Amino acid sequence: MKRVQFEHSAVPYLFIAPQILIISIFFLWPAAQALYQSFLLEDAFGLSSQFVWFRNFEDVLSSSSWTRSAIFTVVFSVLVSVLSIAISLFLAVRADEVIRGAKTYKTLLMWGYAIAPPVAGLLGNMMFNPLMGDLYKAFNSFGFEFNHIQNANDAAFVVILIAVWKQVSVNFIFFLSGLQGIPKSVQEAATLDCKSPERRFWTITFPLLAPTTFFLLVINLTYAFFETFGIIDVSTKGAPGGSTATLVYKVYVDGFLGADMGGSAAQSVLLMIMVSVLTVFQFRFIERKVHY
Amino acid sequence: MFRKTLMAAAAVFALGSTAQAATEITWWHAMDGALGDVVNQITEDFNASQDEYKLVSINKGGYEDTMTAGIAAFRAKNQPNIIQIFDAGAATIINAKGAVKPVQDLLEENNVAFDINDYIPGVRYFYADSAGKMIGMPFNSSTPLLYYNKDALAKAGVDVPKTWQEFEAAAPKLKEAGYIALAQSHTPWIFFENFMSRHNLQMATANNGYDSTDVKILYNNDALKDHWEHVKAWKDEGYYGYYGRAWGANQDAFVQQKVAMWIGSSGSFGGLRKSTEFDFGSSTLPYWEGVGDAPKSTFIGGASLFAFSGHSAEQDAGVAEFFKFLTKPETQYYWHKETGYVPVTNAAYELAKSDGYYNESPDAEVGIIQLSEEGGEWTRGYRLGFYVQIREVIYREVDKIMNGEETVDGAFATIEEEANGLLKRFNDTYSN
Repeated sequence: MKRVQFEHSAVPYLFIAPQILIISIFFLWPAAQALYQSFLLEDAFGLSSQFVWFRNFEDVLSSSSWTRSAIFTVVFSVLVSVLSIAISLFLAVRADEVIRGAKTYKTLLMWGYAIAPPVAGLLGNMMFNPLMGDLYKAFNSFGFEFNHIQNANDAAFVVILIAVWKQVSVNFIFFLSGLQGIPKSVQEAATLDCKSPERRFWTITFPLLAPTTFFLLVINLTYAFFETFGIIDVSTKGAPGGSTATLVYKVYVDGFLGADMGGSAAQSVLLMIMVSVLTVFQFRFIERKVHY
Repeated sequence: MFRKTLMAAAAVFALGSTAQAATEITWWHAMDGALGDVVNQITEDFNASQDEYKLVSINKGGYEDTMTAGIAAFRAKNQPNIIQIFDAGAATIINAKGAVKPVQDLLEENNVAFDINDYIPGVRYFYADSAGKMIGMPFNSSTPLLYYNKDALAKAGVDVPKTWQEFEAAAPKLKEAGYIALAQSHTPWIFFENFMSRHNLQMATANNGYDSTDVKILYNNDALKDHWEHVKAWKDEGYYGYYGRAWGANQDAFVQQKVAMWIGSSGSFGGLRKSTEFDFGSSTLPYWEGVGDAPKSTFIGGASLFAFSGHSAEQDAGVAEFFKFLTKPETQYYWHKETGYVPVTNAAYELAKSDGYYNESPDAEVGIIQLSEEGGEWTRGYRLGFYVQIREVIYREVDKIMNGEETVDGAFATIEEEANGLLKRFNDTYSN
């Protein structure tokens, strides 16, 4: 059989050019600059600078606050991703089964999607205000000594709660459309073979949702790493004791508030490496278990 | 036809630009809301007062946003003429050699009479260099004050405490009357920086950092640690309310009458008057009797105006003209009355006094009285690099003292170590 040979032409390059241009301008160029900056000690106004090799990285890695922030970021990201995926999957499966008033349920569950992270943070902040917050009062009236102003775990609970709440509706939309993409015939066949709905879910529905779940895992981790910045900045500002400062928030505090260019560039590079490793890991090891 | 139109347009354009000969100068500031309105009014008044220069003032967000915007603009060689920089950021801009033109030079070059002694004592040298030359023009200046709920104090039968000893005597009575005795809104500013000034204690080596960037912090001292042992004890006893690091949360506790006394800024009383439903008064910042040689004057907080370098002589002359307008007693008095910030010159203070302003609102004067109290060797201010991050370390470690995660000794050892690390980094960055 003769293979079809396409003529080499410039057309595909032309089509891909805008994308390459965008990536170069908005990712490659700034990333290269950050990398360069991370080897410099430079005053904020760029009037004098010196090349210091890995000094910035050494300073960052040896500081206890960075280590604490890195650990928090990992724990936070995993919890936010897992919890928001689990909750939204549960809600999507339930909402998919509803027949009466299905539209209302679905619309209400999707509503949160329209809320920007800083607004979510502000809402959370108001609900947990020690003087007038309803949730703060509720938790305390149940006999918990809840105090997110001073207790690191309580504060982590607050930011995780807000972050999960904000993300659930996004995941919900994807899961719902994923569920609706499962052919009725497959479900009916499964119903004939197996009586337990729970078993049917784990053996038929969930594996068929795996591509959606994997996709959501990737975007949820990215969300928890980067987009929760707005929530943290508005609610806890990393307090108490820097216990709720994610790495992105720390880059902001040191670079933007503190005008330490080299130090925050080094933190950005480390963050970039971490996220790259995580993404490679996800695609190499978790994606193998996903069947499209 | 086309050429004709083009020429006509060019002619109109040329005419327009000659008619609009005023040199434009830009001012980036961090004053929004009601404060922004006052800044806009001052801008309008300045533009109406002369027609050589046209000042355009632009709000760039909060203090940090404004500084970041200024840094980015300077790096892009597109800096405004004037930028407002807050106290903790002053070292960053002053130590960046050549970023700004000292206001004193700017004024003298443009034949504007300048005498540093015209400024009130607490303000005078805060933004000056080690030789006493003024680098930044003090603008919005405030100082920490104690506000008290008159009803609460009457109910408990106590007087306003002048010292922390008196506070300790009053606190249990206030607790009995159903109040937490005290809260404050800015831990590093009130209970660190101004603690040192109030007691005339040295805050950092190298003359509080004015003489060099090669400097070590002196926070890890017995007087300050002892104060924090007390604060922790007060909190455990229910005399001190700790509502975290947010300014508003602590102020709200006072407004909602949960705490009887609150330490905030001398600029807070205008806002308090709008939000409180009780009679309140203000008093000077308490001190420990017998510690250092208290009471001495406090530091100012707030921000100052810097003239960025790299502009034409014509524009610099405009900046000098504006600074002259800004420091006029009438402008300062207006600013003081509208915002609650202190007037920065003696003449403006005299004007406010002779106008009878303090008879109708005595609280407005307390801040100036405190800033005009006798100064000491260590009350002129401080100049420390990466101080924004040092304040973060303080916030963080105080959180830990308050929730019992760390002892006072442990927290102060960490503050000293990390602050000195940051100062060394700053020195390595800026000293060459």
